[in-house]
Amino acid sequence: MDLEWSSDERRFRDEARTWLEAHLAEWKAGHDGDLSGDTRDGFARHLVWEQMLFADRWAVVSWPEAFGGRDASLWEWLIFEEEYYRAGAPQRVTQNGIFLLAPTVFEFGTPEQQAHILPRMAAADDQWCQGWSEPNAGSDLASLTSRARRVDGGWVLDGQKTWTTRGAFCTHLFGLFRTDPESERHKGLTYLLVALDTPGVTVRGFGRLDGDEGFAEVFFDEAFLPDDALPGGVVLGGEGQGWSVAMATTSSERGLTLRSPGRFMAATARLIELYRSAPDDPLLRDRVTRAWMKAEAYRLQTLQTVTGTVEGRPAGAETSLVKIWWSELDVELHEVALDLLGADAEATGPWSKGWQFSLSGPIYAGTNEIQRNIAAERLLGLPRR
Amino acid sequence: MRFAFTDDQVAFRDAVRDLLAKECPPEVVRAAWPEGEVPGGAKPGEGARADADRLDAVWRALADMGVLGIAVAEEHGGLGMDELNWVLIAEETGYAALPHPFVETVCVAAPLLGRADLADGSATATVQPGRDEPVPWASADVLLAIDRDAWTLTVHDEWEADAVASVDGARQLASVRASGGEEVGGAALAFDRGALGTAAQLVGLGRRMLDLTVAYVVERKQFGVQIGSFQAVKHHLADAALDLTFAAPAVHRAAWSLATASPDASRDVSMAKAMASDAAHRAGRAALQCHGAIGYTVEYDLHLYVERAAALSRAWGTAAWHRGRVGRALEI
Repeated sequence: MDLEWSSDERRFRDEARTWLEAHLAEWKAGHDGDLSGDTRDGFARHLVWEQMLFADRWAVVSWPEAFGGRDASLWEWLIFEEEYYRAGAPQRVTQNGIFLLAPTVFEFGTPEQQAHILPRMAAADDQWCQGWSEPNAGSDLASLTSRARRVDGGWVLDGQKTWTTRGAFCTHLFGLFRTDPESERHKGLTYLLVALDTPGVTVRGFGRLDGDEGFAEVFFDEAFLPDDALPGGVVLGGEGQGWSVAMATTSSERGLTLRSPGRFMAATARLIELYRSAPDDPLLRDRVTRAWMKAEAYRLQTLQTVTGTVEGRPAGAETSLVKIWWSELDVELHEVALDLLGADAEATGPWSKGWQFSLSGPIYAGTNEIQRNIAAERLLGLPRR
Repeated sequence: MRFAFTDDQVAFRDAVRDLLAKECPPEVVRAAWPEGEVPGGAKPGEGARADADRLDAVWRALADMGVLGIAVAEEHGGLGMDELNWVLIAEETGYAALPHPFVETVCVAAPLLGRADLADGSATATVQPGRDEPVPWASADVLLAIDRDAWTLTVHDEWEADAVASVDGARQLASVRASGGEEVGGAALAFDRGALGTAAQLVGLGRRMLDLTVAYVVERKQFGVQIGSFQAVKHHLADAALDLTFAAPAVHRAAWSLATASPDASRDVSMAKAMASDAAHRAGRAALQCHGAIGYTVEYDLHLYVERAAALSRAWGTAAWHRGRVGRALEI
């Protein structure tokens, strides 16, 4: 066991820190106050930041250089994430492409698809949203009914997706569609890549609990998706293989986790600062300490997982426990912050905004109840019903 | 950066695991409990109780394997190994609810006192981890009394002990009176080692309770199905697994911090003990609830582990005490 960073890793950290400090100041100077990336104006402003990241190859550090990355190790990726959130850098409005679609493209995409999709995603030229949920298919994703009918030279799409994060601002959607009309459940689905300006596709944004227009519903009305809409084709991983393609990369060696420990380490560091500025209170001190320990435990558990991954022992169903852990931690640490703020917490500010966002964590990316089922069945071996 | 144990450390752990599975099954733990009122020394309805000589045999077997001297310097007949080399073994002694002073003797007293008789199993030590606290393993040969306000440590070869009835009958709890003794240095390090060993045992206990419960809910049928297929049961056990999954790395990191004399070692030990105490508590509650009434009997084995976890989660500093220490280290 060795819990020290190497000198190369420390150099990488210094380089990231220096770059982030300088460029964040530059980016923040271009607008007033905190700006949510989940509004139309904020999204556009965040794309400027994404382009700055890409220009100096910080957008996708763990990707191969050919696609805009640095070939950084998983360790360096963790370090970058720590520095990113420590610096107070903004949410990544491109993250659903980078963390959810890209690992699938790396695993299942043809070389032609990879060469087209990945660099444009890294540069934020294309912005991808996820088209999985439907009005009647949330946790029970396999019950989805949006259809893609095979016709000469392409597919005809019908149906509706919803809860699509930043769908109103993105350019492309990756989604699951039923391509075999006789099929049921997990069978007969295909993973399709759809430009949102395809005729017959209508996007309508709507408000989330935090007031931002962060959600969208996407309607497909006899929308014709040509096979050659994207170089290499619009099907990822083969017709009828959609379910296994979508599930294969729920945890990825290039990103490991949607919400890295650095995010929560930075948040608990700010929480500790907040505690120091408030009157001493033993109950709140205990809760701040708990939140710090949970963030630290998440960091340690991740170091253990990365060690296993680089040594050929990749994580399994414990990724479900990881999702429960960080999402509950996020709510918990924000609630402590609001209690420290007291009545002032009602006023909109970074903590109240963060708290509102944290409330979605136990719901998105598979509700925590679904994650508990997965952990109980696949990790503990309890019987399915 | 490498957050994993060496193959040798894992192999040693596995060897101890196999030994304890064979030599320290529940009936041996039960043999350490005070004898009851029916012939054979059992309590009414109590499960199988092994002969008392099997109790001694476990400790001898651990001595023969070199486990008892793992942290004793080689010149005193030990293996001279650090915390990283015993933390996984401590977990296994927790998994087995070993009814012997492993933490007190092997993790705390042996490296501090460097006595060959502690390494070879011919003597045992116990520890009073805080002033006026009750002391387990009252039949030990040496008592180390730690005062964690003044951070002093006094070694007593003689003391008076009055037995105290304990929720965990195997622990031989006592209230002690000792005067004189020899004050030695290293109180804070000794305490940290004991708290780390106890945290590791709590992780092991949590896993044992979870394993017992998984086996039970797969077997047990109600409403015509395995009760482990019910979502309410699954979620209890997923939550138990959740806390154990995140407590274990905290325990392993604390071992590294002690082994490398990190300036954060005390903070890291306290984080480990707080998280392991809470994780074992949650596992115990989930285990009892998912077993239903059978788990609440003296005949069934679960209580041996639930009550050990209850004792250890509060010994060597409660979770709240340790969080207080973490908070001070964070300067809040």
